[in-house]
Amino acid sequence: MREAKEPFQFVTASYLIRICQDRAATLGELAANLHSCSDASIFHHTFQSLERQHYTSFSNDFAQWVLASCNEAALAERLAAVDVRDCTSLRSLRDSLTGSVDSYLQTNPSSASRPAFEPFYFCEALEFTVPRGEKAVTLLELEEGIRRISLHTVHHHFINSRLRLHLQTNDFSHWIQNGLNLPELAQRVDRIDIYTHTLDGLREQLIQTIHSWINQ
Amino acid sequence: MIVGTQSPVSSAPHIDDYATVVGESEIGALRVIARQLQGRRVKMVNSTAVGGGVAEILNRLVPLLDELGVATRWEVIKGGEQFFAVTKGFHNALHGAAYEGHPDWFDLFLATNEENRQHMQFDEDYVVIHDPQPIALVEARDGSKSRWIWRCHIDLSHPAPQVWDFLRPFVERYDSSVFSSPAFTQGLKIPQYLVSPTIDPLAGKNRELEPEFIREVLERFGIDPKRPILTQISRFDRLKDPVGVIQAYKMVSKHIDCQLVLAGGGASDDPEGAAVLNEVKDAANGNADIHILDLPPWSHLEINALQRASTIVIQKSLREGFGLTVSEALWKKKAVVASAVGGIPSQVLHKLTGMLVHSVEGTAYQIRFLLSNPDFARKLGENGHEHVKENFLITHNLKRYMLLFLSFQKLN
Repeated sequence: MREAKEPFQFVTASYLIRICQDRAATLGELAANLHSCSDASIFHHTFQSLERQHYTSFSNDFAQWVLASCNEAALAERLAAVDVRDCTSLRSLRDSLTGSVDSYLQTNPSSASRPAFEPFYFCEALEFTVPRGEKAVTLLELEEGIRRISLHTVHHHFINSRLRLHLQTNDFSHWIQNGLNLPELAQRVDRIDIYTHTLDGLREQLIQTIHSWINQ
Repeated sequence: MIVGTQSPVSSAPHIDDYATVVGESEIGALRVIARQLQGRRVKMVNSTAVGGGVAEILNRLVPLLDELGVATRWEVIKGGEQFFAVTKGFHNALHGAAYEGHPDWFDLFLATNEENRQHMQFDEDYVVIHDPQPIALVEARDGSKSRWIWRCHIDLSHPAPQVWDFLRPFVERYDSSVFSSPAFTQGLKIPQYLVSPTIDPLAGKNRELEPEFIREVLERFGIDPKRPILTQISRFDRLKDPVGVIQAYKMVSKHIDCQLVLAGGGASDDPEGAAVLNEVKDAANGNADIHILDLPPWSHLEINALQRASTIVIQKSLREGFGLTVSEALWKKKAVVASAVGGIPSQVLHKLTGMLVHSVEGTAYQIRFLLSNPDFARKLGENGHEHVKENFLITHNLKRYMLLFLSFQKLN
């Protein structure tokens, strides 16, 4: 089996949520705060939200709040369509979000001041990563490692990594392509849809994709 | 000796037992994080060793932190009857009730905190003070290297200003604060973190039960297992609106044949509880399908069985702290109809993990809707179970506390 010169290093990733001072009681306040809130808040409510609430209608917190608390379904759909995979910086992600809200309020100005059912509370996540001391140099070891890591760590390596490394890929694909020189498998892994799977489902898909490649 | 020290419960589940619920990988992650805290010591302080959600959580959290190698000591402050009358008044005022205390109450509060402080040592790395009762112990931090954390379990969104203005300067002497919901915060100058209260999936209240035991409990209380069962579990307290639940039940039962179970305690040792129980019995008016059960505090398995036997679990509180009975029901995959108060909206995401309501009429309507749409009710229960698994199990609490301690290292 092919071996990489540089091993894949698994970490344990965990998050502590900090409650910010900003809150929005109307769409207008959401628009203002989206411009001024911390990058960490944008990250938390878009990337981090992919880790939870997979049974909600939408995968980012802004879209979910706009639907559930403001009853503005069209804007909620627009916000939900902002795909974190298209963004390599929080700046571009923030621009996409503010662009959607600002243009919606221009055409629907009366929506700006209507009180929401519940306020939106801006939060941010402190990420803690600790090396697990586990490494993979072959695909089989990568597959076994993915089975053992926590779901937070799956999220860290597969979703958060896109932004951390300013890559339009994920940690696993990056290593498969650069460490093992298997670009086709790297692409297959990267195509797994982060929006339509639970994290458990995502882990299964990762394992299946790598497993089938090993056995082909 | 004023201060009581709690010892861990030796027969309780161990950390590895939780792998059957959350998976080996999550337990492995807890161990990896705990290794970063080896040699560090923690003190938890609250005002009661038994009864109430805080004591229940600490009873499990402390031995599990210890088992992970984070040496944790739990101490309980002592105070006389008057002190606890004052703190009860503070508690209600912080929850938004009008404050009717005597001016001397603030002095009594401070004197009791000071008396406790003189009998306590604070040489641990991290000191976690729970709720307002021991809040002024922070006076002991001068010259110590300990990091002080105030863990607020109360909904502070609309506090009475007399009490909050008195407490706030103490709060802002802490290094960090922790709240159960973003909605409960007060825009403090110190960092505010979110740590949700949690349930223990292996405790008697929540663990899996044999179907025979559930049947036996229903039989013991004269409940028909073949007809839909609506249940509210809560002590007999007007803030839980048991009479409102009966009114909603009567609206539902005009259309659908079903039974109501109101199970809780508090009537035997609380004069107000006894009065509320009488009001509830009056409202039930002898209806044989309304089962009013005043259970002793050790009835965890019976409560568990009643929740598991229920078709729908109701929590129609008028005010609520976090309302962990909701998570208990969701963990058992039950469809829940609950008021949008306190921490309940964090647990019940409307139409996703349950139904949120604001009135007797709304409660009745959503119950009828769920009884008529069992597939949807089942889906809500399944989502609710996942939601609790991801957010409200004791393993999350363990992890968040450890990360909170590590946050001081990270910020340094």
